[in-house]
Amino acid sequence: MYHSFDEIKAALDHGTSVESITKHYLKRIDEKKHLNAFLEVFADSALAQAKRVDEKLKNNTAGRLAGVVIGLKDNLAYKDHKVSASSKILEGFVSLYTATAVERLIAEDAVIIGRLNCDEFAMGSSNENSAFGNVLNPHNEKMVPGGSSGGSAVAVAAGLCTASLGTDTGGSIRQPASFTGTIGFKPTYGRVSRYGLLAYASSFDQIGPFANTVKDVALLTEIMAGKDEFDSTLLQEDSKNFLPAFDTTRKLKIAYIKDCIESEGIDPEIRSRIFEIIEKLRSLGHTVNAVDFPYLNQMIPTYYVLTTAEASSNYARYDGVHYGYHSSNAEGVEDTYKKSRSEGFGEEVKRRIMLGTFVLSHGYYDAYYTKGQKVRRVIQNKTKEILTNHDFIILPTTPTTAFEIGANVADPITMYLQDIFTVQANLSGNPAISLPLGNHSNGLPFGIQAMGKHFDEAGLLSFSDYLMSNCK
Amino acid sequence: MAITEEIRAKYKPVIGLEIHAQMLTRSKAYSNDKNEYGSAPNTNVSVITLGHPGTLPRMNRKTIDFAIRMGIACDCKISELQHFARKNYFYPDLPKGYQITQDTTPICTGGSVLIKDENGNEKRVGLTRIHMEEDAGKSIHDIDPFNTLIDLNRAGVPLIEIVSEPDITSSQQAYNYVTEVRKLVRYLDICDGNMEEGSLRCDANISVMLKDAKEFGVKVEVKNMNSMRNVQRAIEYEIERQIEAIEKGEKLVQETRNFNALNGTTTAMRSKEAANDYRYFPEPDLQPIRVTQQHVQKIREAMPPLPNFLHTKYTTELGLSEYDAGVITDQKEIALYFEEIIRYTKNYKAAANWVMGDIKSHLNAKALDITELKLSPNHVAELISLIDSGKLSHSLASQKVFPEMLKADESPLKIAESNNWIQTSDEGEIKKLIAAVIAENPSEIARYRAGETKLMGFIMGQLMKKSAGKADPKSAGKLLTEMLSEN
Repeated sequence: MYHSFDEIKAALDHGTSVESITKHYLKRIDEKKHLNAFLEVFADSALAQAKRVDEKLKNNTAGRLAGVVIGLKDNLAYKDHKVSASSKILEGFVSLYTATAVERLIAEDAVIIGRLNCDEFAMGSSNENSAFGNVLNPHNEKMVPGGSSGGSAVAVAAGLCTASLGTDTGGSIRQPASFTGTIGFKPTYGRVSRYGLLAYASSFDQIGPFANTVKDVALLTEIMAGKDEFDSTLLQEDSKNFLPAFDTTRKLKIAYIKDCIESEGIDPEIRSRIFEIIEKLRSLGHTVNAVDFPYLNQMIPTYYVLTTAEASSNYARYDGVHYGYHSSNAEGVEDTYKKSRSEGFGEEVKRRIMLGTFVLSHGYYDAYYTKGQKVRRVIQNKTKEILTNHDFIILPTTPTTAFEIGANVADPITMYLQDIFTVQANLSGNPAISLPLGNHSNGLPFGIQAMGKHFDEAGLLSFSDYLMSNCK
Repeated sequence: MAITEEIRAKYKPVIGLEIHAQMLTRSKAYSNDKNEYGSAPNTNVSVITLGHPGTLPRMNRKTIDFAIRMGIACDCKISELQHFARKNYFYPDLPKGYQITQDTTPICTGGSVLIKDENGNEKRVGLTRIHMEEDAGKSIHDIDPFNTLIDLNRAGVPLIEIVSEPDITSSQQAYNYVTEVRKLVRYLDICDGNMEEGSLRCDANISVMLKDAKEFGVKVEVKNMNSMRNVQRAIEYEIERQIEAIEKGEKLVQETRNFNALNGTTTAMRSKEAANDYRYFPEPDLQPIRVTQQHVQKIREAMPPLPNFLHTKYTTELGLSEYDAGVITDQKEIALYFEEIIRYTKNYKAAANWVMGDIKSHLNAKALDITELKLSPNHVAELISLIDSGKLSHSLASQKVFPEMLKADESPLKIAESNNWIQTSDEGEIKKLIAAVIAENPSEIARYRAGETKLMGFIMGQLMKKSAGKADPKSAGKLLTEMLSEN
């Protein structure tokens, strides 16, 4: 088992080849097949890559990720490989190009080992919305791994790859990280190019890594970040070191959101763990203030109005005409649309397409979409205000630990509330990380979330590293 | 249809036009794919044009510059911040399922286009807006008998949509307006204006109202008019159809109608109720783009001369007729050629005549465009000055020298000299020739002198023949008359 890039590096230094590391993971994936984390293992291309990297290592020309084996959430494009967003609608579809973020990892000699299960089109909080079955939580196989990047979280938690990529639209990296005891990081919106990410909600989606150490998360983010002419919503700035040493003489001002911690649905052990961390930080000389955030109840509705609106438009391209699933029962264009989409999309995706279509409809647009935009601005402003007076915000990642498979399937609203603490960072665009700092008496891990200022990945990640070493 | 002039005169048509113009940018609006008409189907398509999962639009800034050019030409207000929107609808030739366009914040607002009304008076047609959008692909229904074929080469080609105010009140004005807009986009080099190939497309919103009415009538949108003449025909038909319906007491419905060029009629396509709800919303994949005042100024300074400006210059400063100015400014390249000629000659009328006469007939005969003409404008000017100075007769210039110039684009003076065509007005020289003609044609001379004056033509012909066309006909004629009356 390799826990971190440093361990990989040590192994390489001791003469282990990238090929044998890759084979180790292939074997491990096969052993843990029942977790259903991988939708497809790219054994051939991964081994071919590994051999190329071994050559480079011999010539001393290998990149920073030599030996690192990475799994991709199944909503990231990788040339000549299938990508399906865990949906039947993309049946048989092979990508003709590689996502910018993935391309950059490959350029640093990472080996891409396969595509990982997720909720269909990243819509879900339990990975139960995949067209290809549930993913099991390795800490307790009766439990969900969280979602939507469930496969990505489990792959790292179960040691099926060194690190993985997920995407986070409302918490889809941080929530499964919390449920699986991994580190999951959502960079600032506009930090990592979205080119090649199969969009769910374009103004929310961000690609981010899962790994076991903050250092690894920082390196992956640093490599993926930076300007890209293919994404106009990106900060067109070169990437820099995202893990500067934490200045131990510095006394921080940290905020915690009273409304979150006092909210009813939160597990008492998670609440008390937050207070424990707060006390620890105070004892280390930092200031921790309770702040008000009176928009908790508006968060989920705003998120769903806006994300479903964008999704309803983003998914129009999956029409059964150009690529992917085409209903064989259809006659004529109209029928092809209706049948291909009805048969190709899963229930949750259809629910959100309907919701999004509705909020954009003539006569309802102002009442929902426009109002949603306004509330989003209010949330952005309030978050900005808090982070003007403070360096970071800390809050729980999830109100509970992982729940049982099937427990919330019948009740989408309860399921949607899973995202209550994570959507803020997507509505406001701030970077946020889930750190495995909690162990529940039920035997399951849970995460503590830290949120930083816009584009202050470096600050947030070095603070995260500090938390991991001081608040374990 | 039969409505009398009298009934027709009770009504006022209200017409607004929406013109889509394909921009002549080298690449598409939101990708690097080639923007090229006539390529093999589905060759100018990358993953972005194909709308493949995960792709994002990449703004081609040239599109913005082109739209600004049109805005400046029409004196519009140019918006500083370019927001984009999605217009959602399903169609097989629309790979993303939405079109990227501008909704509430078009790049240009206000402004106008100067046209002539049916009486030849100037009229300003106001513009509501000009906005940028992308074209869809093409559905081809007539190649495969069982399937519709899709060509996505056109998908993502940049368009501007020019929306007029309902200021147009007749089909003739509509025709003149489309003509003017077409001329403008061609002068600006932003669109080739080819309606048959669809690079310029026009939809019309038409209603009629009683002349003293306060409220507009029911508006009908007419589509599929693929030539300027058809725009006029469709509007004319629609005006009459609407008046007739109202006169009969029928209720008009707000709808979209299709123009059928074969019989010149319109037929209902869909009613307003059946119209798509396009669910416009801000395009989240494109950051708003800022256009600075300096940038607009830079474009303004690089603007080519516009047809109206040249037309006014020709009719006032150069003293050309309305007709001549109209013909010359009709096509930008012709106007530019004319502009070149008049850099070398002040005889503007002659320059206009050469352009509209010999040069145009040559182009027509050879089916050439003026840009393909291998004839230096300064040589045309030189030809004009040879005629003006009496060194070359007009007919010799036109029939002999000009064809030689077309062959080699040489100096007309050189051509005339080497062919010994320079005409003489030297009296002694001409008198010698006259004497010879008198000596050689004694009987005709005698008859002329006896009063048979119609023989003058014959004698003059003999003289010109003798001089091989080189005698300046004016002075030759004068001297001949003198010598014949001398006895």
